[in-house]
Amino acid sequence: MPSIHNKELIAFVEKMPAFPKSVQRVVQLTSDINAPAKEIVRVIESDPVMTVKILKVINSAFYGLPQKITSIQRAVVHIGLNTIKNLALSVAAMGVLKPTNKAEFNTQDFLLHSLTTASICRLLAEKLNVKSSECSDFFVAGLLHDFGKIVFAEFDPDNFKLALEKSAEENISLHDAEIEFMGISHAQAGKILAERWELDPILIDAIENHHNSKNNSQLKDCIFTANQISKKLQFGFSGNPIIEENSEELIPRFNLTLEDLIVSLGDLTPIKSEALSFINS
Amino acid sequence: MKFKFWGVRGSIPTPGPATVKYGGNTTCIEITTENNDLIILDAGTGIHPLGQSLLKKLPVKAHIFISHTHWDHIQGLPFFPPIFIPGNEINIYGGLDPVTNEGIERALGVQLQYSYFPIREAELNASINYSTIKPGNAVTIEETKITPTLLSHPVLNFGYRIDSHGQSLFFTGDYEPIFNIYLPEDSEYEEYQSFIDQKQQEIALAIKGIDVLIIDSSYTTEEYAFKQGWGHGTYASAIKLATEANVKKLFFTHHEPTRTDDQLDAIYKQLKKENPNLDFEIVLAKEGCDFFT
Repeated sequence: MPSIHNKELIAFVEKMPAFPKSVQRVVQLTSDINAPAKEIVRVIESDPVMTVKILKVINSAFYGLPQKITSIQRAVVHIGLNTIKNLALSVAAMGVLKPTNKAEFNTQDFLLHSLTTASICRLLAEKLNVKSSECSDFFVAGLLHDFGKIVFAEFDPDNFKLALEKSAEENISLHDAEIEFMGISHAQAGKILAERWELDPILIDAIENHHNSKNNSQLKDCIFTANQISKKLQFGFSGNPIIEENSEELIPRFNLTLEDLIVSLGDLTPIKSEALSFINS
Repeated sequence: MKFKFWGVRGSIPTPGPATVKYGGNTTCIEITTENNDLIILDAGTGIHPLGQSLLKKLPVKAHIFISHTHWDHIQGLPFFPPIFIPGNEINIYGGLDPVTNEGIERALGVQLQYSYFPIREAELNASINYSTIKPGNAVTIEETKITPTLLSHPVLNFGYRIDSHGQSLFFTGDYEPIFNIYLPEDSEYEEYQSFIDQKQQEIALAIKGIDVLIIDSSYTTEEYAFKQGWGHGTYASAIKLATEANVKKLFFTHHEPTRTDDQLDAIYKQLKKENPNLDFEIVLAKEGCDFFT
């Protein structure tokens, strides 16, 4: 069974560029002295690559923060907007992620899935009356849950392509196919990277276990469920054809079936349109 | 401990007849502990006359703590005469820049380049040591403890708390109290405000029980309306923080560069009038005077 070398993986991601639209917007906004701070925050937090790169820097031991920083908003409060702006600009300077890759993994569909999962995850948190100071953590967890996939598409496209094909042809979950061809799943790769970047242990755990429906924390339950809702509503596509919830079973934390839960959340199409506005140039 | 301002001006040196009383040098504060340890806060142009005064006391052992690397807080370093003299020991402390990932050695190194300065770093004769320090992790020098705290400014900025022989002083470096980037009607407003409140608590803890607060108070409240996000505080925000921390003495510093002595005097008079019942003394930082905690 082939396996990915962690050191190479980590070094590769250091140089990985961000998504085209956010790079373009960051360059625009950082050239405008009057650009609203909240616009800059929104652009950064709509890009998983930019988000992890900034969280990585701010969570390094050098800033001795009393608690881990899990969202861009928190990062701005702690280290200041101008520093975050310049960090985003340094990520933008690395270029842009190409829309096509050898794995034939659609990066725009991936981003749409990640963004809608993030927004739905925050909605679910609100539904569970999570403290307002923690809701942005739920958004970030949703945004980053599949981060390992975009890394695979760039780092090991040949094997990732085989995994995507097998998952589609045999209708099996992508993470099982990844383990077969790459020796590691995107959830495990996400965990390795998140650990290396000293992210919050709760976030690391949520990324690692986002396919595990049992024995979960509030955050894990929300990611797991948001992921299924995004897939069920076909908001983008992240390579996994399997929706991991029998629609007739109740989801314990919400005490509803997946379909009833979706109905209870109201019209979710604005989430999709808003996400699309961050993706399309 | 004894402290003396050698530079109280923000942004750029402002020599001339209109700034004779308070001084025109950029930020530099000399602290002398009871053990005679020399601690210097920031290396603006005020560090040049401080360096001249130290030439009578060779060899010099100095601990220079840099709040942040904007020019007005480092531009005096190449002109600090003790760095050129063998036998002196100069220790420079500061944070790791998150954007460049460089330590505090850049504060001097960046200035000692062929195009900008005639002497290279390798030619300095004093022993120069750099320490990149972390917020919350105190540096101990004999019986004195210096603790950095991350404070809001458009670049990484440390406020420093100095505890020495039962007395304490806090210098903010450049500091603008954090403001909410959202409007009250935005859905993110409340969450962002909760982050600000948490950060304020962290700052309150860092300055708890201090005797002296030396704070960036560049602007009046009226001026601040046009300068939000520039990274500096107001007289009102300084008084608010000093009141919360229950300090004994508050020093306003980082005077706005276009401010004349007369204007500063008028501002001071107005502040006294508007705040008649403060439990602490308020002072405009002024070059050349000795103060005691």
